[in-house]
Amino acid sequence: MGLIALPIGFCAAIGLILAANAQDTAMYVHGLMFFVGSILAGFWVIKSTTGAPKAAAPKTPEGFNDGVVRAGVIASTFWGIVGFLVGVIIASQLAFPVLNFDLPWTNFGRLRPLHTSAVIFAFGGNVLIMTSFYVVQRTSGARLAGNWSPWFVFWGYQMFIVLAASGYLLGVTQSKEYAEPEWYVDIWLTFVWVAYLLVFLATLWKRKEPHIYVANWFFLAFIVTVALLHLVNNLTMPVSFAGSKSYILWSGVQDALVQWWYGHNAVGFFLTAGFLGIMYYFVPKQAQRPVYSYRLSIVHFWSLIFLYIWAGPHHLHYTALPDWAQTLGMTFSIMLWMPSWGGMINGLMTLSGAWDKLRTDPILRLLAVSIAFYGMSTFEGPLMAIKEVNALSHYTDWTIGHVHSGALGWVGLVSFGAIYYLAPRMFNVTRLYSVRMVSWHFWLATIGIVLYAAAMWVSGIMQGLMWRAYDGLGFLQYSFAETVEAMHPFYVIRLIGGLMFLGGALIMAYNVYRTAKGDQRTEQPYAVSNAPQAQVQGAVS
Amino acid sequence: MIDHGKLERNSILMVVCILLVVSIGGLVEIAPLFYLESTIEKVKGMRPYTPLELAGRNIYVREGCYNCHSQMVRPLRDEIERYGHYSLAAESMYDHPFQWGSKRTGPDLARVGGKYSDEWHFTHMIDPRSLVPESVMPGYPFLAKTEVAELDMAAHLRANRAVGVPYSDEMIANAESDLLAQLDPDADGLDGLQQRYPGAKARNFDGKSGAPTEMDALIAYLQVIGTMVDFSVYKASDNLR
Repeated sequence: MGLIALPIGFCAAIGLILAANAQDTAMYVHGLMFFVGSILAGFWVIKSTTGAPKAAAPKTPEGFNDGVVRAGVIASTFWGIVGFLVGVIIASQLAFPVLNFDLPWTNFGRLRPLHTSAVIFAFGGNVLIMTSFYVVQRTSGARLAGNWSPWFVFWGYQMFIVLAASGYLLGVTQSKEYAEPEWYVDIWLTFVWVAYLLVFLATLWKRKEPHIYVANWFFLAFIVTVALLHLVNNLTMPVSFAGSKSYILWSGVQDALVQWWYGHNAVGFFLTAGFLGIMYYFVPKQAQRPVYSYRLSIVHFWSLIFLYIWAGPHHLHYTALPDWAQTLGMTFSIMLWMPSWGGMINGLMTLSGAWDKLRTDPILRLLAVSIAFYGMSTFEGPLMAIKEVNALSHYTDWTIGHVHSGALGWVGLVSFGAIYYLAPRMFNVTRLYSVRMVSWHFWLATIGIVLYAAAMWVSGIMQGLMWRAYDGLGFLQYSFAETVEAMHPFYVIRLIGGLMFLGGALIMAYNVYRTAKGDQRTEQPYAVSNAPQAQVQGAVS
Repeated sequence: MIDHGKLERNSILMVVCILLVVSIGGLVEIAPLFYLESTIEKVKGMRPYTPLELAGRNIYVREGCYNCHSQMVRPLRDEIERYGHYSLAAESMYDHPFQWGSKRTGPDLARVGGKYSDEWHFTHMIDPRSLVPESVMPGYPFLAKTEVAELDMAAHLRANRAVGVPYSDEMIANAESDLLAQLDPDADGLDGLQQRYPGAKARNFDGKSGAPTEMDALIAYLQVIGTMVDFSVYKASDNLR
């Protein structure tokens, strides 16, 4: 108690000092937010330690710390809805620009980073923290290390999200994609991330199993590499100690490659390695089959993390980056296809002997289709990394379509599967409120993704072709404005796809809420196949 | 053969191996960019941004313009015809951070400087669809109403110098007056400004009287993008080795 009061008091003091000396509105607001957050944390610690015993650290029969995982289920669902909603808003703005309202806080330029950060870091990040804390305890047979530190990771991360998101609306940004938060928010995230790594490692050190389970290799690679990327890409010089603005250490071509080394590996390690960790635990669990191949796990793990790091320059084809670097990036991107599909095969083939469950278990269906989307977008990625293809696809909506088939299809669906798996277990009820509603969610999301991706393929390739079209006299055929006009119908289709995806997530939120309340919907169960396990689908095993 | 079981039993060994494996690619690709001639070449005409241009650039960053506009003309026939000479590495050497972008919801801006009049930019920023009916760009009327805040531009120049932009003591000392001088063609400080920043254009960018606004700064920045290198005298072969 006394020991933990010290850092909390220190944080509160920092917040006050920053607010009192603030050079701009954003720093004033953020200093106050940090101060209030620290004070709330202080009250919570006092209440938890002086109130009823074990309030802060409820234990499962096995002695696991599931409180922070339970909070993760709620936070993931909440931030998912926020992220998808902002996505729908900015998709509407591109179709109907009047919806920008021409105000600083509502314009596309500030909302777009809010959307990307909300889905990647707020939704994705909370899913990763939630699942990694759940998986590392189960596969190690050990309780999460520390009592307060897992909670510091959870709440510290929420603080990071709130600071970053409110900063974007106030115009605080480094303008580096997926690394927009300014220097002081980056420093805070560094503390949270180191704590995360230590909690994860210290839990591994307590493990009763001699071997570290494969899902944890992926979680480790994700945590360690994201730390490295974050530190190098965010080296920056603040203008003043209580001002939000800073100038990044790198410039021009060096900054471009450092940024895309970071940016591509935010995809590779945050959205791929981390979520492969989820796949390696939840797919075998839900299918009740062992992982297909142990050897393939080893080969694809090491080759994936080795090759991914090289792929960044494919974001800079035909730019002022030297050709040899572009060629290296392209070559390694194509090679990356193999370990990616190694992971896909290992995930899908885990369903061997359990394929029939896809008909009766919509959670497994979410997981299986997410792996299929993973395979699809990791084929599309290497294709788009080929320079000649990239000459057409780059700067167009094709890239946006590619990102979303990966983000909605792979990251989204596998996360939904994990949330549905965890919800009844974390709220100690026998089953989900409704399995039928999971199926509804599945179909809404899948059709939404198909509409989204197809619209972006068409508009992207169309615009790329229009930009390079020549008329019979050898002049450029279309003005830029004509290409913008041609995309309008596809922006509307994309909006419809996004709305369906958001609708599915709202159904999930309702389902999770009723599950937490302990309700069970009266519904026709799915026809049970002859596999005996299928009868207890959705139940705590 | 390597015994993978060793790694699976030792978390620290695993972390060390992961760090080694993920470090190689980045080192091979990024480190050479700091000493290769083609990425650190000096091209005649490149100079640091004036305080007003830098303030405008910060607004460009703040409003997230890079989300829809690239600043990188690729050496492809249609892009050179549409936008102008392909971009050189040296043209963004003072850009902390770079603004090459990744998406063209709007056109590339690497050569936008001098392409349109100040008045066009002003009207376009207030209401883009009044000039380009098909445009999906948001309007930025608030920039014309916001004064360039009591910016401590000297501090901004110092921070830039700390990361390698060659701002001299004289430039830093004159930061505030240079910002104002660039908005008034009759200002006394104009000669000093143009001596410190050769080729800097000075005029009332938003065409309005009164205190300098963010619109002034943003237009000053837009009008300088891609204009520092004189391509009528630039020879790419000069930089070959």
